[in-house]
Amino acid sequence: MNKIPSALSLGVRRGGLEIRQFARQRESVIFTLLFPVILLIIFGSVFKDTIAPGVTFSQYFLAGMIASGLVNTGFQALAITIPLERDFGALKRLRGTPMPASSYFIGKAILIIVSMVLQIIMLLGVGLIFFNVEIPTDPHKWFTFAWLVLLGSACSTALGIAYSIVPKSGRGASAVVTPIVIVLQFFSGVFFIFTQLPSWMQQVASIFPLKWLTQGMRSVFLPDTFATQEVAKSWENSRTFAILVIWLIIGVFFSVRKFKWDRD
Amino acid sequence: MNAIEVTGLRKSYGQVHAVRGIDLTIVSGEIFALLGPNGAGKTTTVEILEGFRRRDAGVVKVLGFDPREEGRAAREWRNRIGIVLQSTSDSGDLTVIETIQHFSGYYSNPRNVEEVINSVGLEEKSGSLIRKLSGGQRRRLDVALGIIGSPELLFLDEPTTGFDPEARRAFWALIEKLRGDGTTILLTTHYLDEAEALADRVGVINDGQILEISSPMQLGGRSTAQALVTWRDGSEIASESTNNPTTVINRLMSHFNGEIPELTVTRPSLEDIYLKMIGITHE
Repeated sequence: MNKIPSALSLGVRRGGLEIRQFARQRESVIFTLLFPVILLIIFGSVFKDTIAPGVTFSQYFLAGMIASGLVNTGFQALAITIPLERDFGALKRLRGTPMPASSYFIGKAILIIVSMVLQIIMLLGVGLIFFNVEIPTDPHKWFTFAWLVLLGSACSTALGIAYSIVPKSGRGASAVVTPIVIVLQFFSGVFFIFTQLPSWMQQVASIFPLKWLTQGMRSVFLPDTFATQEVAKSWENSRTFAILVIWLIIGVFFSVRKFKWDRD
Repeated sequence: MNAIEVTGLRKSYGQVHAVRGIDLTIVSGEIFALLGPNGAGKTTTVEILEGFRRRDAGVVKVLGFDPREEGRAAREWRNRIGIVLQSTSDSGDLTVIETIQHFSGYYSNPRNVEEVINSVGLEEKSGSLIRKLSGGQRRRLDVALGIIGSPELLFLDEPTTGFDPEARRAFWALIEKLRGDGTTILLTTHYLDEAEALADRVGVINDGQILEISSPMQLGGRSTAQALVTWRDGSEIASESTNNPTTVINRLMSHFNGEIPELTVTRPSLEDIYLKMIGITHE
């Protein structure tokens, strides 16, 4: 008798399968990957102001779009597609095999990180070509960028899987997921300059990861002189790290404990 | 050796008592069909055995394992069973062979992918996307995914719903082949001819209780039930119920001096017996 395959190796296999399935759904590829790019083009073309010496709104918005891409591609996509998979009975079938839950989660995380990398490349490309966004040269900033993308994707994946227990059906899923994401985008300084928002909005946003992701991305793509314009007069990157870790733990906890494989 | 042992199984949903004390033993290597109307407790029972649902009371051993357990031991257990659920569909963006290949990677000793595809008759659809398959072809894919891990015990829930008669016969042949490999099979079906063709024993369940467990030929006193002899007598069809059909036929042969016009001898079908059993409990 051979041994059953490890959870990690099955997770990697599932990641490959998820990517293949995703790539064959043309609509979702376009919507998930290109929508942020389209938004960047629209906002970047409409708002051409300089918001601080050497900082354009396009730059500010690019940081926000990359951050909210993490939420769209991870949290939103998973919280909508997992209930659909549940409706199909695909999850129940998986539950009946020796594949462990952790492999399923690892597969989703791989899909999210790969689509996030593609999306970031497109956003940076468009920002660079059309809006003169400056790409950082400081390796320290790239290090920050790398952990923001990795931790942000992980956090977004875990929260998306956890939140997938909320929609009762696949059909109703986007109604209970999308509004949260859009409101958070408005509150978290994606579409507007965060410090210009009413303070109650700022306070609400500070509870959730998106505000911290956008702020972290600004620390990468805006000059360090801009840090004084933030609420705390600094980038607060270590606080961002801590808050993302806390949300990651919350997401993993609920995913592991409460994940629903079956409709009833 | 028993594949499944159940004693005193109970399950309620609020005020509804779906399963009210079921005892059931399924021997290794046999094909057992569980029959019963919708809402009889069939699905609840099977899903408890499959580990999808929690029971309220009773003892359950499936391949010696309690399906309530989780973790590593549950993975080892699932490695030895196969489940074909009632309704499953996928987004359909993978091909038949990709899907089966992928699922084969979940098990320690999978069957050969090509062989499984051939055995369910999907060899011509091997490279097709799932969403382009017909309902019956999808069902055959479900069966392929259920057997890919070379299970010792296979659960089949309404496996041939939506099959045309030819596909059903092919499916029956596949089940016979699995029987030959020593696979234990628990089948639920609405088709009584299917149960009769495949099952070594059938159990009839209604109102959350087992009414009878027997071989298809003996269920409900079927083997000893009266036979109905019919023939043409002038312009009319005559009939007679009897315990001794041969005697009746002998008498008719001398009456007609040889060939009896339009002779039939029928015993109650499994379906007749089943409907009678279900009907009785409804009174």
